[in-house]
Amino acid sequence: MIDKLRNSAAIGRITALADHREFMIFYVIVLGVIGLAYAKPEFLSKPSLAAVMLSLTAQSIIAIGMTILLVSGTFDLSVGSTFALAGTVTAIWLKSGMPAPLAVGVGLGVGVLIGLINGLIITEIGINAFITTLGMMGLVRGLMMVVSGGRNISELPGSFNALGQGELIPGVQNPILILIVLIVVSDFLLRRSRFFRQSYYIGGNEAAAVLSGINVKRIKVFNFALVGFLAALGGIIITARLGSASTTAGRGLELKVISAAIIGGASLKGGAGTILGALLGAALMSIIVSSITLLGIDPNWVDFVIGAALLLAVMADVTGLKPQRATGQ
Amino acid sequence: MPDSSDRQAVMEVRGIVKTFPGVHALDRVDFELRNGEVHALVGENGAGKSTLMHVLGGVLAPEAGEVLLDGRPFDPADPHAAADAGVCVVFQELSLSPNLSIAENIFAHRQPVRWRWPDLIDRRLLRERTAEILQRFDLRLDPGVRVRDLPVALRQVVEILKAISQTPRVLILDEPTSSLTAVETGKLFENIRQLKAEGTSVIYISHHLPEIFEIADRVTVLRDGRNVETCNVADVTEEEIVRKMVGRELIDMYGRRETPVGPECFRIEGGRRGEAFRDVSFAVRRGEIVGMAGLGGAGRTEVARAVFGAEPLDEGRLYVDRSPVTIRSPAEAIANRIAYLTEERKGQGLFLRMSIRQNCVAPTLEYFANRWGLMNERAVTDQAVRRKTEFAIAAPSVHQKVGVLSGGNQQKVLLAMWIGAGPVLLIADEPTRGVDVGAKSEIYRRLRALAADGVGILLISSDLPEVLGLSDRLLVMRDGRIAGRFDADEATEEKLIACATGVGHADEGA
Repeated sequence: MIDKLRNSAAIGRITALADHREFMIFYVIVLGVIGLAYAKPEFLSKPSLAAVMLSLTAQSIIAIGMTILLVSGTFDLSVGSTFALAGTVTAIWLKSGMPAPLAVGVGLGVGVLIGLINGLIITEIGINAFITTLGMMGLVRGLMMVVSGGRNISELPGSFNALGQGELIPGVQNPILILIVLIVVSDFLLRRSRFFRQSYYIGGNEAAAVLSGINVKRIKVFNFALVGFLAALGGIIITARLGSASTTAGRGLELKVISAAIIGGASLKGGAGTILGALLGAALMSIIVSSITLLGIDPNWVDFVIGAALLLAVMADVTGLKPQRATGQ
Repeated sequence: MPDSSDRQAVMEVRGIVKTFPGVHALDRVDFELRNGEVHALVGENGAGKSTLMHVLGGVLAPEAGEVLLDGRPFDPADPHAAADAGVCVVFQELSLSPNLSIAENIFAHRQPVRWRWPDLIDRRLLRERTAEILQRFDLRLDPGVRVRDLPVALRQVVEILKAISQTPRVLILDEPTSSLTAVETGKLFENIRQLKAEGTSVIYISHHLPEIFEIADRVTVLRDGRNVETCNVADVTEEEIVRKMVGRELIDMYGRRETPVGPECFRIEGGRRGEAFRDVSFAVRRGEIVGMAGLGGAGRTEVARAVFGAEPLDEGRLYVDRSPVTIRSPAEAIANRIAYLTEERKGQGLFLRMSIRQNCVAPTLEYFANRWGLMNERAVTDQAVRRKTEFAIAAPSVHQKVGVLSGGNQQKVLLAMWIGAGPVLLIADEPTRGVDVGAKSEIYRRLRALAADGVGILLISSDLPEVLGLSDRLLVMRDGRIAGRFDADEATEEKLIACATGVGHADEGA
């Protein structure tokens, strides 16, 4: 009877939830928000919260794809460059008079293509993900500088800028709407869909996954294409938001995204991590940044504090303070 | 072996206690190791053998009790300190660095150097010494070969050589023969006898009782973290030891076939894969257990992996239920209802950091997905709970991570995982390696039950009593070819060994 109770999915889920990393971070975030609201009541004003959410969008959209990659035991360093190139390519096509949906489609296509190339080099030629995507990071950033001539591209059509500045649902800016939809859908899929769950098996033990009949190569290539697509989407949304494609966009973004996912419970060894965790990791980093500015602390401390948060999160994992790694189950 | 009771004790273990959350792993264990003796330590998984070894090897610290080495307290802080004091352990989990060479692994932190500073490694001397050490097993391998390019059996040999090359006072071997073939096991025993003559004492842990009668002087039986009894090997029988280990009688572990053999369910004709094997043809019928014997490196696992599509055939034809099939990937093999219990349970079979329930459904995720590709988590859990009960997997719940289970329970999870795929052919590659007697008989019972349900089983095993006891027919492989075929009633251990090594005239069946 007790055994039956223990085995029941509901109990498993409740006990698991209490141990999970997501829960711990959620607590820290709630405490942080309460503390900030107490010290600076204007933090809870709508413009201020919207600013926090907006600063999260690019990072969080890419973190969705990066988490899935981390779960399958790999990662992509080229997302920051893809982010910049997709924005630039879209801007150039818009300037040449292309209708906005088509230009956006081309930008997204560029992202998918970069992801496919990464994935195929890694799975078919067998070069490791670090080297492949490090090379791609430089290559794509260079390509962006060449096509843009090293200049920011601004004065983009209003129909395009609406993507980043408009409100399809009144009161909710489009980037936030897109982010919420993506998170809900992808978190659900990574927990429940057979296709996405295969990534946990690949990250858990790649050799065993192959012998279990999982098409490891195809799934990895798909995951790289997905992160490329999401990086491009993030780049395009930010371009629309700013009304300009910047050549410095997305610098260092890859490490921020990986940090967010790892703070949120993903592991470089693979087999662990959830979208929700990554989002909370990104939110925690964003709260740290806001509190430093709001409380009037020297902003030079930002990198220091974020680095320390990453180290603490990972150390909590390997030492006694051991929240269970989230696998979405 | 003359009675060694007059010899002095090298190591004395007194009242050792070690607990893990919820388990009394060692409960006041006493144990005495005499000078120059081989002392076997037996017990089921979970009896405390490995924990005791970890304590002696400096991996774990006991909570109570003491260990004396040559009459002085021995309390190593880590395995390195234990080795410095002359206690070397060969752990069951290989501790080699796969990307380094044989030489670098054997000498790990004690490579010969030219000068004290800078301590450049003398590569020529390193190669020479390694070659000498490899001679102890009659191996003519290049010391520069990377360990990851060696077959499992040779990796185990390297591990053993790494320990014995340090000429320890006390050598502790944990299941040293679990992945060795008969020839290498023979070499190991020669080495142990030589070490004994040189004054080394050996603690020998094994599930394989015949080995203990061959090599050990005394045997200590552990059960549930306590020592049941220590006796001279000459004074007991295998049955008596088994009874002490499990605390009850085990009769006829292997069982016998109770249903008639059905029509052919699998056939391979003229199979070839690179240099690994060629001209391999055989068939398996429903309800039949076909044993495959042979030395390590004879190509048995390669045949299994080719049939399963992991490294597909270069040439040859496959038939499932008499229809020709093409198998180029494990997914295609699973679609054709072929299942493969891998030889390397931990490396290639299980997802150790995932739960029992997630492991149980790994090859069959699509059975649990609806038409939108979403998983029915309740059905997954129900299935896992059913399998856990059916296979008597000892774990608090199906949410338990597989990595913390004992070897026998892990093997049951692997079997449960593949039975869910509803196979017509099950290839079991060394299904009982490193598994205790109780779990072994459970696995045999399962294989028998599957055969009775009409599954054809190809049993690859280096454990001769096991293949002989379970199989209806036997195939012997040597150098990538099938060197002999035997019916169960005409096969003997001697015939199989002769055929596998190419000694004598056992080839007529080929």
